[in-house]
Amino acid sequence: MRDTGTPGTGLGDPGPDTTVPDTTVPDTTVPDTTVPDTTGLPALDENVEHSEQAARRGVWRTLRRRVLFWACAATLVVLVAVALVPSWFAGWFGQPDPRACDLAASAQPPSAEHVFGTDLQGCDVYANVIFGTRNSLAVGLLATALAFVVALVLGTLAGYHGGWADRLVSRLTDVFLGFPFLLGAVVVLTSIGTRSAVSVALVLALFSWPTMARLMRSSVRSVRVAEHVEAARAMGLRTGRILLHYVLPNAIGPVVAVATIMVGSVIVAESTLTFLGLGLRAPSISWGLQLASAQSHFQTAPHMLVFPSIFLTVTVLAMITLGDVLRDTLDPQSR
Amino acid sequence: MTAARLVTRRVVELLVVFVGVSFVIYAMVFALPGDPIAALGGDRPLPANVVAQLREQFHLDEPVWRQYLYWLSALLHGDLGTNFAGQSVADKLALRWPVTITLALTAWLIEVVVGVALGLWAGLRRGRAADKAVLAGTILASSIPVFVVAVSAQLLFGVRLGWFPVAGTAAGWPMSYLLPAACVALFGLASVARLMRGSVIDTLHSDFVRTLRAKGLPRKEIVGVHVMRNSAIPVLTFLAVDLGYLLGGTVVIEGVFNLPGVGNLLFQAIRAHEGPTVVGVSTALILVFLVTNALVDLLHAVLDPRIRHA
Repeated sequence: MRDTGTPGTGLGDPGPDTTVPDTTVPDTTVPDTTVPDTTGLPALDENVEHSEQAARRGVWRTLRRRVLFWACAATLVVLVAVALVPSWFAGWFGQPDPRACDLAASAQPPSAEHVFGTDLQGCDVYANVIFGTRNSLAVGLLATALAFVVALVLGTLAGYHGGWADRLVSRLTDVFLGFPFLLGAVVVLTSIGTRSAVSVALVLALFSWPTMARLMRSSVRSVRVAEHVEAARAMGLRTGRILLHYVLPNAIGPVVAVATIMVGSVIVAESTLTFLGLGLRAPSISWGLQLASAQSHFQTAPHMLVFPSIFLTVTVLAMITLGDVLRDTLDPQSR
Repeated sequence: MTAARLVTRRVVELLVVFVGVSFVIYAMVFALPGDPIAALGGDRPLPANVVAQLREQFHLDEPVWRQYLYWLSALLHGDLGTNFAGQSVADKLALRWPVTITLALTAWLIEVVVGVALGLWAGLRRGRAADKAVLAGTILASSIPVFVVAVSAQLLFGVRLGWFPVAGTAAGWPMSYLLPAACVALFGLASVARLMRGSVIDTLHSDFVRTLRAKGLPRKEIVGVHVMRNSAIPVLTFLAVDLGYLLGGTVVIEGVFNLPGVGNLLFQAIRAHEGPTVVGVSTALILVFLVTNALVDLLHAVLDPRIRHA
C-alpha cells in the first residue's frame, strides 16, 4: 500500500557522511540547495520574494495575508470544535445519538429525518460522521506530537552533537525508513491484540518519527555552523542555552511544516488501516470503520460511503494545505 | 570514489538495513503476547502432544534471536516460511507476482506519461490558470485516501457507467488493470507532476537556457530537447523509487478490486490473522523495496556525475 509520503529533506548538507546517497530517500540535493526536493509534496509555488518577506517581516505577517491559510485554519477550528463537543453538532438535525439505531431503517438514503441517511444497522450516518471526527483527529495529533518530540530530541542530538550520536540516529532512521510506512504498521498492528486510538497512534508514531528526525538533523546541522551560533559558543554559553535560544528557533521551521503535513498523512494511514481491519474496531466510532462497512454495500447505499469520505478528505486536505502554506513561509529553501 | 567501491558500499548498507528491518519485523511479531498455537485451535484446546509437536516444529520454545536466525537462514535459501496450514509462503507468492507486477507497471506507465505531461505543461505556464489548476489538483489527489479513491472509482466507472470491470482479472490486460492502476498511480502522479513542474521552472531559469535563447534557438527546440532532458533527472529518480512503492503499494487496491496479487494475499492474511504469511509477504515486499532503492541510488550515480565523484 502507499507510503503516505516520506518528505525528503530538501536541505542538502555537505557533511562528511552524505557522500553516500541516502538509502531510502535518495537525496537529489547534491551540496547545492537549488535542486528541487524529492518530497511527495513539493511546496506550493510561491514567488521568490516570499521567503525574503518572511525574513523581513516575520512569519505571522506573511501568513496572515494568505487566504489559503485562513481557509485551512477555519476548517480545522471547526473540526476541532466538532471533535470536542460532537453531541452539540450531532443534535443539529434531531439525531444526537450515534448509537441510537433502528434496524428496521437499515441503509436508508438521505431524508429529512436522517440528513446523511442511515447505515446498515440503521444508525444515523450524520451523527456517526460527527462523532468519528474525534478519533481521527486524536490519532493524527497524538501520533504526530509523539513523533515530533522524538524527532526533535534525536534530530537535535544527531545534528548538533554529531559523532557517534549522529551515526546511531542515522542508521536507526535508515532502518525505519526501510519500511514502507503502512507495511510496517500492518506488521505491528497484526501482532497487537488490543487496539485503541492510543495504541494505533503509538504504532503510527513509531513509523513517522524518522522522516522528521532526519529533517531536524540536517536543519540543525546547517544552523550549527551559522555565525550567531559560533558567537554564542565563543561567549561560553551553556549548550542547553545555545540550543534553546539560538539553534532551535532557526532550525525548527521546516520540521513544523512537515509535522503539519504529517498529521494529514497519519489520519489517512489510520483510516486505511482501520479499513483493512487493523486499526480501530467496533464499537469505536471512526470514519475508517464506517467506510469499511460501507464498502460491501456501496452499490445499493452509496451515501454510506460518500459522507465519511467527504469529511475524511476535507480534514486531510486542510491539514496538508496548511502544512504546505507553512512550509512556504517557514522553510525558505523549499520553493 | 571508484564504481566498485560505490557499489560495495551501497550493498553493505543495504544488507545492514535489511538485517535491521527484518529483525525488527521478526521481533515485533513473535515477541508480542498471544499464543499462535492456541489461536489455531479455536474454541477447543488442542491436545498436549499436538501442541508440543507444533511448538517444536516452529521452534517456539527457543529464544527470539535463535528463532530469528532459523528464519533468516531459511530466508537466504528462498524460504519465506510456511503458514500454520503448512503451505509455503514463497509458493503462494510466486503464483501472485505476475498480477502485482502487471498492476505496478501499468500504474507506473500512467504516472510517467500523465505526470510528466502535466508537470511540463504547468511548468511552462507558471503562474497562469493552467498551472494553478494542476497545483490544486495535485494537492487534492494526494489528500484523498487511496481506498476512498478506489471504492469511488469502482462505484462510478465500474458500476454506474460500466466502462470497466468492477473487480477481478477476468477481462485481462488492459481492461481489468486500468482502473486499479489509475487509483494506485494517483498519489505518485501528483508528486511526479509537481516535481516535474519545479524542475522545469528551475531549468528554464538556468544560464544555459538563457544562452540557447540568446543564440536564437526556436522555443520548441529549447523545450523539447534541452529543458525536457535536463528536467528529467530528479523526476527519473523519483519514478524509480516509486516503482518500489508501487510494488508494495497494492495491498488496498488489490483488496478492493479483488485482483489475485501479492497485495491481495497480504490483505487476506491480515483478515485471517495468519501471522507467518503476513510476515513472509511483508518481508518480500520490503526486500523488493530495499533492492529497488539501492538500484536507484546506483542509477542516480550513473546519471549524475556530482554524486559519483563526491
